[in-house]
Amino acid sequence: MPAKPKPVEGEKKVFMTGNEVVAWAAAAAGADCMYGYPITPQNEVMHYWTRLAPRFGRIFLQTEDELAAGFAVLGGVLAGRKCFTATAGPGNTLMQEPLSMAEMMRLPAVVVIQQRGGPSTGTVVYSQQEVMLTSFGGNGEGLRVVYSTSSHQDLYDYTIKAFNTAWRYRFPTFVLGDGYQGKMREPLVMYDPEVRGIELIPAEPFVGRPGTPGVDRPPAHLRNAYSIEEELYDVVTELVRQYEQVAPEIVEYEAFGVDGAVVVAVAHGVVFRAVKGVVRELRQQGAPVGYFRPITLRPFPVDELRRVAASGARVLVVESAYGQLARLVKEALSGLATEVQGIFKPGVLVGQEEIATRIKTLVQGG
Amino acid sequence: MQLQPAMPRSWRPETKPHKFCPGCGHGIVLRVLGEAIDDLGIQDRVVFGCDIGCSLLAWDFFNVDTVQTHHGRTTPVMVGMKRANPELIVVAYMGDGGGYAIGTQHLVNAATRNDRITVILVNNTQYGMTGGQMAPTTLPGQKTETTPYGRDPELTGYPMQGPEMVASITREGTYVARGTVARPRQLKEFVKRALQNQMAGRGFSFVEALSTCPTNWRTNAEDTWKFLEKEMTKYFRVGEVKVPQELAREKGEREDG
Repeated sequence: MPAKPKPVEGEKKVFMTGNEVVAWAAAAAGADCMYGYPITPQNEVMHYWTRLAPRFGRIFLQTEDELAAGFAVLGGVLAGRKCFTATAGPGNTLMQEPLSMAEMMRLPAVVVIQQRGGPSTGTVVYSQQEVMLTSFGGNGEGLRVVYSTSSHQDLYDYTIKAFNTAWRYRFPTFVLGDGYQGKMREPLVMYDPEVRGIELIPAEPFVGRPGTPGVDRPPAHLRNAYSIEEELYDVVTELVRQYEQVAPEIVEYEAFGVDGAVVVAVAHGVVFRAVKGVVRELRQQGAPVGYFRPITLRPFPVDELRRVAASGARVLVVESAYGQLARLVKEALSGLATEVQGIFKPGVLVGQEEIATRIKTLVQGG
Repeated sequence: MQLQPAMPRSWRPETKPHKFCPGCGHGIVLRVLGEAIDDLGIQDRVVFGCDIGCSLLAWDFFNVDTVQTHHGRTTPVMVGMKRANPELIVVAYMGDGGGYAIGTQHLVNAATRNDRITVILVNNTQYGMTGGQMAPTTLPGQKTETTPYGRDPELTGYPMQGPEMVASITREGTYVARGTVARPRQLKEFVKRALQNQMAGRGFSFVEALSTCPTNWRTNAEDTWKFLEKEMTKYFRVGEVKVPQELAREKGEREDG
């Protein structure tokens, strides 16, 4: 069989929208199928994928809704293909049903979320209001990985990483972006994962392996329903144990200036960019301030944040939601005397001036 | 001495007797499916998907790779699987609630797209697993837990005509039939053709099987059979609804030869 042509050869600088970046990254990561349903602001992921797919022998189906997209992804994964979808807002709500099946059955899957405003139809533009839904959605325990990206380079890097994380650990993996990231153009470097030494984890079929079931091999009997409470308890306890065991390998964060800081600002996604700029500038001026950015919102870098807070800094959470990240932060810091304040602006960006003013007030004890 | 009839080879003996209620029609539908798989020699490439509702009890029924999905979502799982690996022969197995209520959009769209999958839908006129509520297939006047005075068509309409709907929204290449557990040999032919149609790569294949639920119907053996054969057939016509020309020709040739 001739080698498949590579979507990205070597490395190259590009200037493109985030949704286009996701499509290229998925192709570079060896994704075989995308099953998707239109919803703004992620549509261009499908638009670019459908243009790339025939060139690189990839599969696409536009389904009847997000439920079908998510469940078709799981069907493709069971058949041994790397499949993904992209959605947002109300589509993310529907996507939780198939993803809870993935959690229960330890099926890998990649879902890219470009957050839009909520609740309900909200706006088609931007927010960070899908943090709780993406981290803990579905009728379960939130046994998934959520990468929050803050730049187009992140979108490229973490989309590739999401496929490896999902197929290595067999937990569904989300790339959490937003409408601004999806629609905005930005420079980045695209690369063939191989030239960076990134080994792509191969996909294995769960059904249809060689041989006749019951004759040459046991049949694959995959289920997510159990008859007895105690049976379910044992299954879920084991799933949680396995999740917690690998969580430390998955956790990622970024921190700056936190040692001896009086104020530590916590932010993720595009909001982090504003926070980073403000903190770096204040720091240059000598202010005792730092920042902490959780890259994985699930599993959350609990120990790392607790270490930062243990030095007695006040924490300022900045987000385009009404305290969703703050909830994760407060839970991580529970038991500590850390003071947690917030700038919560659901559905809109947070400007640097506002952040700077607030941080300065906090530094002065206000 | 009377011998027990042999189980189909594709059945899994370790999980028999099966988990369905006494008098349930699922056993007959799964028997003819097992026989059809045996006859076609496809045990090594069939993937059986079962829905939520009583159909989920079939999750370990066969020596065939099986995935139990969510209520109404078996069709998209099997669509995604088939498109990812067209070598597999996929069967989506569900009840009338899964196919005609919560998962209707999947049935309609998979049929419209002519997805090369086989859907087997067991119609017992109500929701069995949840304790006998009205389904889209409940007969006028039929008492269920949510129509305790009988289904009133003025309020909740008439029984859904699933195969007729699928036939009307699809084109040449689709196979559609309605069988009944009262005629297992005929039902087996329908199931077999629905699998052959997928194997030939022609198109969407759909078989509805009229079935029994004495537990929720609260009927004895005689009344169960009477309801299946006399009452249900007033609203649900048994027979092939749509047969691809090629499949009809093959069938004709077999019968002539």
